[in-house]
Amino acid sequence: MFGGGGDSGYKKLSTVNRRMFIMTAAKLVIFGGIITRLFSLQINENKKYLTLSDKNRLREWRLPPVRGDFEDFFGNKIASNLKVYQLHVVPEQVEDFRYLMIRLRDILDIDSSTFKKILKRKSQQKSWETLIISENLSWDQFAKINFYLHELSGAKPVLSVARNYPYDEKFTHLLGYVAQASEKDLIENEVIKKSHVPGLRVGKIGLEKTYENQLIGSNGIQRYEVNAYGKRINQIDFVEGKKGTNIKLTVDTEVQAQCNELLKDKAGSICVMDIYTGELIAMHSSPSFDPNLFLYGISHDNWNEILNNPKKPLINRSIQGLYPPGSTIKPIVALSALENDVISTKFKVNCTGKTEMYGQTYHCWKDTGHGIVNLRDALKVSCDTFFYEMSRRLGVDRLNLTAKKFGLGEKVFNGTYNEEKEGLIPSTQWKKNALGRGWVLGETLITGIGQGYMQTTPLQLCLMTAQLANGGFKIKPKITFDKNNDTYEQIKSEMEKNRIDLLSDFQQDDAMVDFSLEKKKRDTDLYKPLYRNQENVKFVLEAMFASTNEVRGTSYSSRISDKKYQFAGKTGTSQVKKITEIQRELDLDISQIPYEERDHALFVAFGPYVNPRYALSVFVEHGGAGSSAAAPLAKKLFKTIIDRHEEREKIREKSLMEI
Amino acid sequence: MFKETALSGQTTFFQKLRSLDYILLICILILGVISSFAMYATDGGELLYHTKSHVLRFIIFFVMMFVLSFLNIRFWHATGYLFYIIVLGLLIWASLYGITASGSQRWVDLYFINLQPSELMKIAIIVCFAKFYHRAQINQINNFKNLLVPMMILILPILLVVSQPDLGTSILIALSGIIVLWLAGINLKYFIYSGLFLLISMPFVIAFLKPYQKLRILTFFNPDKDPLGAGYQIIQSKIAIGSGGLTGKGFLKGTQGYLEFLPEKHTDFIFTLFSEEHGFIGSLALLFIYGVIIYRVIDIGKNARSFFGKLFCFGFASSIFVFITVNMSMVLGLLPIVGSPLPIMSYGGSSMLATMIGFSIVMSTKIYQKQLIA
Repeated sequence: MFGGGGDSGYKKLSTVNRRMFIMTAAKLVIFGGIITRLFSLQINENKKYLTLSDKNRLREWRLPPVRGDFEDFFGNKIASNLKVYQLHVVPEQVEDFRYLMIRLRDILDIDSSTFKKILKRKSQQKSWETLIISENLSWDQFAKINFYLHELSGAKPVLSVARNYPYDEKFTHLLGYVAQASEKDLIENEVIKKSHVPGLRVGKIGLEKTYENQLIGSNGIQRYEVNAYGKRINQIDFVEGKKGTNIKLTVDTEVQAQCNELLKDKAGSICVMDIYTGELIAMHSSPSFDPNLFLYGISHDNWNEILNNPKKPLINRSIQGLYPPGSTIKPIVALSALENDVISTKFKVNCTGKTEMYGQTYHCWKDTGHGIVNLRDALKVSCDTFFYEMSRRLGVDRLNLTAKKFGLGEKVFNGTYNEEKEGLIPSTQWKKNALGRGWVLGETLITGIGQGYMQTTPLQLCLMTAQLANGGFKIKPKITFDKNNDTYEQIKSEMEKNRIDLLSDFQQDDAMVDFSLEKKKRDTDLYKPLYRNQENVKFVLEAMFASTNEVRGTSYSSRISDKKYQFAGKTGTSQVKKITEIQRELDLDISQIPYEERDHALFVAFGPYVNPRYALSVFVEHGGAGSSAAAPLAKKLFKTIIDRHEEREKIREKSLMEI
Repeated sequence: MFKETALSGQTTFFQKLRSLDYILLICILILGVISSFAMYATDGGELLYHTKSHVLRFIIFFVMMFVLSFLNIRFWHATGYLFYIIVLGLLIWASLYGITASGSQRWVDLYFINLQPSELMKIAIIVCFAKFYHRAQINQINNFKNLLVPMMILILPILLVVSQPDLGTSILIALSGIIVLWLAGINLKYFIYSGLFLLISMPFVIAFLKPYQKLRILTFFNPDKDPLGAGYQIIQSKIAIGSGGLTGKGFLKGTQGYLEFLPEKHTDFIFTLFSEEHGFIGSLALLFIYGVIIYRVIDIGKNARSFFGKLFCFGFASSIFVFITVNMSMVLGLLPIVGSPLPIMSYGGSSMLATMIGFSIVMSTKIYQKQLIA
């Protein structure tokens, strides 16, 4: 019997055929469903999945940006980058992280606190982010790592760059320094946040901080294709980072180095400025410290040494240090008196060594007195008695106006240095507002010799001297060099034009002149006269010449007779403590007074006397008398400054030629 | 007369050769070539172990299929129960002395090959049912004895495979068996009854499942909940397929599979990789080839005079269809991830062996389509 035969066989066949037909129809529907699904994934949602797929396979590694350099005026690198050997580990690529770390600890001799710090850092970052085990391997360590490398799978010795300050402590206060970016840096600066990679160094203070956004550069980016385990398969592309902008400064390394030398073992500051262009030639605050120490996190010992140094190396005295200017203010007091017609140049005072005023005794620095002195002599020998009388007639408010005009009591680099201080030039209004008490007339007298409330920074004194020395014109101090800046010739002719303009104004409207300047905006004041009558400025400058170059002048012993280097200056000795009658009687030698109570020595000067180009201020904290502690430093420095002048001009011409 | 000789089985070799189904043969060959290239791409564009052994197996099994095609359909009918019993024996052997890999004891070591009997069971169950219903009378099909015996035939291997444990294969065996049973004419109400019974016993079945199997079913319903855990495979597979777009990323340019985001890319997820590299158009082409194969098998079944041949062809075509749909639905995120290979495309000797045996029975049906079986 056939299985498929007969009626029953026919029924069996028709059943299976019918059911197969239904089955086939169902198959078509289901295939249709699968095709629809394919269509929706591959055609409709293609973009979405393409993005997801790229996210899966591409991973970015950002490389630290290379920081821009600082150059001095002559092109010497004063902050640059150095090749360093580092040891990196990418935790996700290490099979046995614990083992690797223990091996590295033994090989590199990592102490336990550093070791703990590394482990802590590891827990704070993503497993594919590079963990920096050491940022600065010594050659020995680097060689050792390479020797054991075959058993240290996952450890990568790499060549990297790190900030380097080749002049060590010489430019510290001027430049500032960099250190590892902190949480605060990231919050405060968008640009840092954008380029941040573990171990990034950013400016902490000074120009390094101010010009951070220009210096920082851009990250290099390595894009890798990675597999599901994060292993790099191949490099898709590499975007080379752009090095940060190199910043050229106006400073001269040689002059700066000499400033360092001159203030060695002392606390103090030296500032040197071009009196026309306002370019800062040098600015040094002593004691300084090596900024390279901060690169890899300063050691506890080094930090304590800096912190506990009684001379306080962390303070940038040039812009942060506030001191009474002492007699260095006298040229301004004299000018103010002349400009306000309080006295004439023929006015005389008899100095007996002390004078009684408002029921108090005011002493001249010279106990025996100067005898009968006129204004020129008073500046030359720095007679306090004369200045007591003159300031009494001038009044503190008029003095305040003149002093402020010449740059005292105001930030010199507004905004360039966060830590810069304003200083204080007192006035009756100020005292009422700040202290709530009225001005006492006796206070005018001590203000007139740069004591009392008056406080200035060494840089302000330098600017003041520069603006006197250029004939009394406003200049703009600068520390970064830009070849688009006005040249000496342009400035000189601009000043000459403004001088003549003022003369013609003077003829037209007598009353307007002096105060018309006050009304104008600051910026338009540039290269405008700060005086009413330039003869007054010339008189003061001549008196400063006498102070340095004539017998009995306070800085006569520091003079240079060679016309090429000849300079004019004014000494200052400012008291830290009120001198009691007993002390005055004792007349102690400087070595017998405790350091903190010794006078500050100051000196401001400009030179060469004929056609001056540079002004400087020297400040020696608790150095004693300005004539003996500060002026001799200026003498040494002037030689260098003038000698460098020719070369400086050559470089300037060359840089102007460059496109 | 041709008819006479066909009836008596006296056809010449050349006549047999001529009556082979060449469209089916070419489609299988094309599939073999495509699968070899897909394997090569999966190996990352290198001639590695998977590709080499896949190509070798395909050649061996294809030749074997070609040779076996000339066996008389009567042979398959005669050995139908034996085939089933041998495979069942192998399954029992596997559960006793089998090789365990990735937590599942599903292979037997036959010295020259590691065989996965559960894959062979997918075919054996169809042969066995084809023989059973070839003999059964239509009016007896729905009586108790004729319902109980097939039930036992089906449940025995399923229990063995589930206990390996291999949920995917046991489901596929069950599906192939059930489809043949329905095609053979079993009343639909019995399927509904068993379905209801299964639904009621579901809680007990779930309790019986391994934790990873439970997790797979749970993640199917919400793959994004745990993207790096169990849902990872579904998400990555969808990303790969979706990112392929209309024309695909190009041969050897698929990034997902190449970069090892795809798990089991040589076996269950081979379509994912193929679809990523060749896009919507490539996937349609592949589906088309499968479609042609299924169509040819059904057509051969239609023209077969023996009920055994007819039911086998219909059953085999349906189960191939089921394997394809389950695999694709799985990688497309339409079904939970259960282990199920794509016929011919996926890496795996047992699966390919089983499929090729199936094709040789189909070919034999074609060659001896006029043959009647007593």
